[in-house]
Amino acid sequence: MGSYLPGTRDEQQSMLKAVGLEKLEDLFTDVPAQVLLKDSVRIPAGLSEMQAREEMERLAAKNTVFGTILRGAGAYDHYIPAIVSSVTGKEEFLTTYTPYQAEISQGVLQSIFEYQTMISELTGMDVSNASLYDGASAAGEGVMMTLTRKRERVLVAATVHPEVLNTIRTYCWGRGVPFDVLPEKDGKLDLDALNSLPEDTACVYLQHPNFYGLFEEAEKAAERIHQAGAKAVMGVYPISLGLFKSPGEMGYDIAVGEGQPLGLPLSWGGPYLGFMTAKKDMMRSLPGRIVGETTDHQGRRAFVLTLQAREQHIRREKASSNVCTNQALCAMTASAYLAAMGPEGMREVASLCYEGAHYFADELARIKGFGRTHTGEFFNEFMTGCPMDVRAFEKEMARRGILCGLTLGDRLLWCVTEKLDKGKIDHVISVIREVCGL
Amino acid sequence: MNIPGNLKYSRTHEWVKQDGDGVLIGITDHAQKELGDLVFINLPNPGDKVTKGEAFADVESVKAVSDIISPVGGVIGKVNEALLDAPESINQDAYAAWIARVEDVSGTEGLLSAGEYEEFLKKEA
Amino acid sequence: MKLLFERSVPGRRTFILPGSSFPKREVPEQLKRKAAPHLPELSEVEISRHYTELAKQAFGVNSGFYPLGSCTMKYNPRVNEAAAALPGFARIHPLQPKDTVQGCLEVIEQARKLLCEITGMDDMTFQPAAGAHGEYAGLLLIKKYHESRGDSKRTRVIVPDSAHGTNPASAAMAGFTVTTVPSDEDGCVDLEALKAALDDTVAGLMLTNPNTVGIFDRNILEITRLVHEAGGLNYYDGANLNAIMGWVRPGDMGFDVIHLNLHKTFSTPHGGGGPGAGPVGCKKLLMDFLPSSSIGSRVFEGEMPHTLGQIRAFYGNFLVVVRALTYILTLGREGIAQASGMAVLNANYLMRRVRGAFTPAFDRICMHEFVLTLEDVKKETGVSALDVAKTLLDHGMHPPTMYFPLIVHEALMVEPTETESRETLDGAAEVFIRIREMIGKEPEKLHLSPLTTPIGRPDEVGAARNPRVRYEFSE
Repeated sequence: MGSYLPGTRDEQQSMLKAVGLEKLEDLFTDVPAQVLLKDSVRIPAGLSEMQAREEMERLAAKNTVFGTILRGAGAYDHYIPAIVSSVTGKEEFLTTYTPYQAEISQGVLQSIFEYQTMISELTGMDVSNASLYDGASAAGEGVMMTLTRKRERVLVAATVHPEVLNTIRTYCWGRGVPFDVLPEKDGKLDLDALNSLPEDTACVYLQHPNFYGLFEEAEKAAERIHQAGAKAVMGVYPISLGLFKSPGEMGYDIAVGEGQPLGLPLSWGGPYLGFMTAKKDMMRSLPGRIVGETTDHQGRRAFVLTLQAREQHIRREKASSNVCTNQALCAMTASAYLAAMGPEGMREVASLCYEGAHYFADELARIKGFGRTHTGEFFNEFMTGCPMDVRAFEKEMARRGILCGLTLGDRLLWCVTEKLDKGKIDHVISVIREVCGL
Repeated sequence: MNIPGNLKYSRTHEWVKQDGDGVLIGITDHAQKELGDLVFINLPNPGDKVTKGEAFADVESVKAVSDIISPVGGVIGKVNEALLDAPESINQDAYAAWIARVEDVSGTEGLLSAGEYEEFLKKEA
Repeated sequence: MKLLFERSVPGRRTFILPGSSFPKREVPEQLKRKAAPHLPELSEVEISRHYTELAKQAFGVNSGFYPLGSCTMKYNPRVNEAAAALPGFARIHPLQPKDTVQGCLEVIEQARKLLCEITGMDDMTFQPAAGAHGEYAGLLLIKKYHESRGDSKRTRVIVPDSAHGTNPASAAMAGFTVTTVPSDEDGCVDLEALKAALDDTVAGLMLTNPNTVGIFDRNILEITRLVHEAGGLNYYDGANLNAIMGWVRPGDMGFDVIHLNLHKTFSTPHGGGGPGAGPVGCKKLLMDFLPSSSIGSRVFEGEMPHTLGQIRAFYGNFLVVVRALTYILTLGREGIAQASGMAVLNANYLMRRVRGAFTPAFDRICMHEFVLTLEDVKKETGVSALDVAKTLLDHGMHPPTMYFPLIVHEALMVEPTETESRETLDGAAEVFIRIREMIGKEPEKLHLSPLTTPIGRPDEVGAARNPRVRYEFSE
């Protein structure tokens, strides 16, 4: 049994004696007798490290690790440079707490400052916070930032990822503010829906590329949202920003997104990274931690947690967000990833995803029944039909080691990342032909 | 202690100064000392109604946030936007750094004179 | 230390990805990015050295004693990391078919059963990503519960004045107004004040027990009974569970809903401020309302018609749950109780040793942490809790939590945890005693500390007045 306790039985006895007690039970006399457990909780006896590791390996072995993944929908199988995990595996970063004591935490604080800079640059925005839980909760927090006394209605495009859309719905229900979904047309937000927005609209949230992989008419949308006096909030796929217009360039007030593609493993959904950036005038509305640059008394550059009076530990029930612990190590992961890729690497990865997905879509379209559902421009995800029962198709592909597109009704939502080159895609196409009996 | 004789005061450490048909409101020198270095102020919007005894703005120091309680009722006419860029001017001269001008003023009864406020501070300490 | 951007040299780079094997494809002009982002241009060796240098300026549990109150900075066992790194966990897509993720589902199922037994709850969700996120989910459960009964007048949540700031902030996010009740002289809930606050508009009470001053509230059964009698529910903030696991269960104390901080009690690393995990357990009456994942849950559990919805994507910080499960399996029933027992003993031992030098805010048996008040020291010598904390930095120790809880003036909150040895505690006690002697002799010296750290005290006022929250590129 491994309990990680350094104290020996003798030491325990002498320490008890030092505090004037005889046994550990004497420390718990404030606990009402009727609820004090006589003999711990009813769970199995402890295992040795070796046994525990074997048990976890047994569980991991029950999962299927796919070598070829053509599924995205909010979680993306990108290549992770080796340097990334060597950075985040450092024990000083792994085992430290939120950097409250700036004098011994400059390493962590500087890395967050670098993260804030890089994420602002990538999204084309002015300022960033230190991270949030994931893309969906960042979207929830992002729309909450825009609420004012006169404007508290939140509008979300129907083309937003359902997990994100429903998270925003919950955040609105919690605060008791009106929430509506704006309709889609051919897989994109129907711009006409932005023509007569209610006067109490605080913001419109859209995703670009959207859940179906399509680029929205994002610039036009932002114009119309602003004409109505509301804020424009965009959810983005960070990899696309190596090549495609940033929310900053398109006039958005707030950008959020799922940072998992920036060096984090798929991990069955978490831990991921919610990022959030904004235009300068919204800086003080940002939720969560923010690191700022200052100097110490000798004039040396120093980094500190700043603008803390926004936060829950000071503002309590008047704080606009309750965020405390966030995803600091995941933000550091994204930093190391962005540093390793650099501007050229980010352009390359976006380009490989874009070209690969279009090559795959073209090849797929040559197989009867796999035509694209929508006509709009897309990045690396797109939707098609399926000539056979999608569940059966998924199963057959899985048997051949391929995780196919996500099944949605009788359709498939495909995703291609840089991990698939032409040779691999050609192989996938041949497997699809085989499965479909062609 | 810096308590100008021409102003009125509240027990929550705001000062009130007659300004034509309205009043200017700020926080007292005693209050700014207690709060320490101020780093930000959240101002109300012109046109907002204020209620005597209720918060209408707040000031932030590095590790605290404090409500500013309206000593009178009325409507915000103007706010001192210069404070947004220089909240430290409240620390430098609390009686020059007005926060808001309130119009349609009501509820001025019960405000303290300089002498009464000084007594109040002595008792509070 | 140079920033990544200050090390950048135009044209320098790493070589991670292959060239394109696809037919060239131009991006339509109207979609194309105009200005490339300013990301650093560096070779791998420079990146590697940069982070190695940053790591030297970080202080983790592995660097030394870290008695940061209310944060439970216990050792993070390495076997947990080994488990989380297994490709069979790390490389699993959240939307894989059910028959290909049986191992993930079993991890969740095992962790759910074990943690329900440890806390006395009937069911648990792992979706919340951190403690505050768990509080939010738990309060939404309470909201949904009252809504489902058509009881719309219950809009108030009661929070003691000693509570963490997240409690009232979470309540506000869930649409409740907050009623703060004062603590009595023991730092516990003032029963009369609680009774006065209770009526048919109360949705629930949020409480941590032991409370934030490190004392187990002896009236706990009466407190939870009073709230139930008024028609409210009891929420347990699991921040301090490390004091009691294996000894008493929140479910048995009368709590209906609870969040855990796996990154505190269950030994998963804090990572400089996350990722944590804040699973929420509840009694049967709330089970139907637990959060779900809109795509995933349908695959795994079928429709959940009464769910409160979701508060993030997918199922939570899964790899954090993997680590916590590994930890619980290793400790087992005896280990769980021993961990808490030793956490409490270590706190009492250290308090006893520093009591001559500094004043405990509550001089009695404490639980896993204790609070010192330096109010007397400050009055006599001008030396504040902040000065003492900064002086501790010069002695190779992470300071305790400062200025919390708010009900204690000049507070230092000390939580040694169970994974510290007697020598470490003795060493820390001697440091406290030496600092108290310093205060007696040269109090002004403490205002200058720390002297041995990479930077001295930073100008936080300047940082907040003129926020510079990113690097500005010159052009």
